[in-house]
Amino acid sequence: MKKQKLVMVGNGMAGCRTLEELLKLAPDLYEITVFGAEPHPNYNRILLSPVLAGEMKFDDIVLNDLAWYRDHGITLHLGKKVVKIDRKAQKVVTEDGATAVYDRLLLATGSSPIILPIPGNDLPGVLAYRDIADTEAMIQAAQSYKRAVVIGAGLLGLEAANGLALRGMDVTVVHLADWIMERQLDKTAADLLQKSLEAKGLKFLLGKQTEMLKPGANGRVGAVRFKDGGEIPADLVVMAVGIRPNIELAKRALLHCNRGIVVSDTMQTFDPKIYAVGECAEHRGVTYGLVAPLFEQAKVCANHLAQMGIAQYRGSLTSTKLKVTGIDVFSAGDFMGGPHTEEITLSDPVGGIYKKLVLQGNRLVGAVLYGDTADGAWYFQLMKDGQDIHEIRDHLMFGQHHIGDAGHAGQNKAATMPDSAEVCGCNGVCKGDIVKAIKEHGLFTLEDVRKYTKASSSCGSCTGLVEQILASTVGGAYQPAATHDKPMCSCTEHSHGAVRAAIREHKLLSIPAVMKFLDWKTPNGCASCRPALNYYLISTWPHEAEDDPQSRFINERAHANIQKDGAFSVVPRMWGGLTTPAELRAIADVAEKYRVPTVKMTGGQRIDLLGVKKEDLPKIWADLGKAGLVSGHAYGKSIRTVKTCVGAEHCRFGTQRSMDMGVKLEKMLFGMWAPHKVKLAVSGCPRNCAEAGIKDVGVIGVESGYEIYVAGNGGIKTEVAQFLCKVKSDEEVKEYTGAFLQLYREEGFYLERTCHFVARVGLDYVKSIVVDNAERRKELYERLLYALQGYEDPWAKAVATRSKEYEVLEVTI
Amino acid sequence: MMRDWKKVCPLEEIPRLGSRQVKTASGMIALFRTVDDEVFALHDECPHKGGPLSQGLVAGKVVTCPLHSWKIQLENGAAVAPDKGCAKVYPVKVEGGVVWIAL
Repeated sequence: MKKQKLVMVGNGMAGCRTLEELLKLAPDLYEITVFGAEPHPNYNRILLSPVLAGEMKFDDIVLNDLAWYRDHGITLHLGKKVVKIDRKAQKVVTEDGATAVYDRLLLATGSSPIILPIPGNDLPGVLAYRDIADTEAMIQAAQSYKRAVVIGAGLLGLEAANGLALRGMDVTVVHLADWIMERQLDKTAADLLQKSLEAKGLKFLLGKQTEMLKPGANGRVGAVRFKDGGEIPADLVVMAVGIRPNIELAKRALLHCNRGIVVSDTMQTFDPKIYAVGECAEHRGVTYGLVAPLFEQAKVCANHLAQMGIAQYRGSLTSTKLKVTGIDVFSAGDFMGGPHTEEITLSDPVGGIYKKLVLQGNRLVGAVLYGDTADGAWYFQLMKDGQDIHEIRDHLMFGQHHIGDAGHAGQNKAATMPDSAEVCGCNGVCKGDIVKAIKEHGLFTLEDVRKYTKASSSCGSCTGLVEQILASTVGGAYQPAATHDKPMCSCTEHSHGAVRAAIREHKLLSIPAVMKFLDWKTPNGCASCRPALNYYLISTWPHEAEDDPQSRFINERAHANIQKDGAFSVVPRMWGGLTTPAELRAIADVAEKYRVPTVKMTGGQRIDLLGVKKEDLPKIWADLGKAGLVSGHAYGKSIRTVKTCVGAEHCRFGTQRSMDMGVKLEKMLFGMWAPHKVKLAVSGCPRNCAEAGIKDVGVIGVESGYEIYVAGNGGIKTEVAQFLCKVKSDEEVKEYTGAFLQLYREEGFYLERTCHFVARVGLDYVKSIVVDNAERRKELYERLLYALQGYEDPWAKAVATRSKEYEVLEVTI
Repeated sequence: MMRDWKKVCPLEEIPRLGSRQVKTASGMIALFRTVDDEVFALHDECPHKGGPLSQGLVAGKVVTCPLHSWKIQLENGAAVAPDKGCAKVYPVKVEGGVVWIAL
């Protein structure tokens, strides 16, 4: 098949990201030609500030070097300006008369800095701050001149001013509005920021309108004169008063433009063969100047160029971070508030901390943080997800850690952490490693950082911290994706929720059927989506859907936990933590017979045999089975244990028979697969010796019955279980517990613990179904019992069927 | 050099999208079978921390190590970037439904 021709005008970050996304989806669909007006390959424009500040060099910020274009067969014309689009002939014409025909045209022409229309704006020494040429000119000026004036105290202006000051210049920032960064900050935060920038040596003149730039004796700019008659000397003037989308080319081709080139939700212009992305595009009346929205646009545009046609761009919520070393400022959304909003503020001017959260109804709609921006990413996520926050409203200001969702206690100032501080305790990754990888490889997303550094890729408890480091390194370019429509993995565009819904609504019964129905991008998925799909299938259609062992992680496939040396561990079930001399004898016997190197008590009141060879597993199980012992599922995303105290059976304080209740629950739940592991506990009195307060379901006996708590967690994220309800009888404990767990099984996302699930859907929602709606509760409970019907001990099954899973083949010489 | 081909097992004894371990004089080898019945053999040790690749999850022509989720390509044994490392590859062939390996 002959390749179609794709021409891209503009060689910046939005355009190149579109090409990257396109090449991932359809590497061979197009013959691609790129025209760039600058003489450089694509570089990371948001890192110009560190270049100016002397923290990085140009080579460090190149995103796509020339080899990248060559390797992907892209024809690159650098330093060539396209001056005409002939839409009828479907071709573009360059300044020097060269032409290129297209089947699809992508406009990524970016924007230009606004130059104030005042006398003297063309004098030598007057610059904008937009590209590497401007940056280099500023660096040069700093070597021979002393006095700099930056007009405009927006994000870019302040970063320019800071860079020039670091290069030894005496810098004055001139601003028209009454406070700096007025489009991102309220006055209180701006004043604090101004104070700390003044401490770094910057001077500010606010509420000043520039009237003209006066030449000095050497013909170069010499002074800045204001409307009010004042005047200050200047050898260098940098204008940072905003950007204007580059739309002249599109306008000449009679494409519909307002402020930018108008595009639809598919990033198409009014000519369906022509797409536009980036700062030149106007979507639903908005043009964007930050990187993150541009990347979202790139993804959508690539999806349509690749002829997949399912993505939609619906606009972006943006957040801002200032990249000035040592200063933390964050702002997002409607940070000023208005008549229909409420505000929560925390102000500690001496400590240099100010936080304002803007609420509308039960949603967070805006935030300004100064001094401590640790929770910026979290607040932004809450805004993007539109999450109902009324349950956490009273803790909201104190941040994610206070809600108990952050993991690393106390470490919440990413910007001020030393490079040597360990961030990811699982993989031993320090802050410096992460920052280096972000800069060297041009990373923008959490996934990329995980791939390159492994930070937060294991237990995930440092995710928030890694996000903060990412945000403080790349600034506002880091935008977390909204969690509910985040694709499951790179094999698909669909989110966990969408996949669950499709399996349920269309009665899909096997992994290949799901992949076919939802247009999976890879032939058989990956190690992250297949186990999830397998779980969704068997939990949605028990006894009907196929349970595919090859789509289960090794532990669930082999019914034992793999250890670091490739050996396995065996944990027989002890119902409610109870055992007998005969069982203990059987365990002791296998431990001796198979030379098990380590025997250990687990945290869930049972015994772990560690260091077992895989081929010995069925033999050990067979011996244990003779004593009546079955699998403890210590290896699965499944019911693990029900921990109990001795309770009213023996304890002088016991009010309820907790051991008996625990055994009943564990027997009921035997073989229950879930989105993640599930642990229960039953205590016989409020002294709570079984530690029910940190379990997925914790039951506490009281004189009049039982209290049921849910969504606790004693692991990565220590979380105290929340009170669900109080019930009277053992049968009710089973019903409410079963209904809650079935709700989690049906609506939880794979690898989401109950604490995350309840945080996502809200405890009120859970209560409305499990506590307040008797009919729904009974239905859930019945569905759970139906799903668990006829479940066989997997160990006995492996022994009986002589599963080949455990056999090692042999080749002799 | 003549290859020393050894007979291992019938193809159907390796599950599709799965693997089997083979004990040999040159150590443990992992045999993989893709969805299209292609068979590959790698030294059963992840270049990262020696995890048994045979216990990993197979998708396409890649196995994910069960210990720390490195992805190893079945065709050449190389880790998928940005990870770096390589597991030794052994030639395999399937003839008349039987898997052979060259050691």
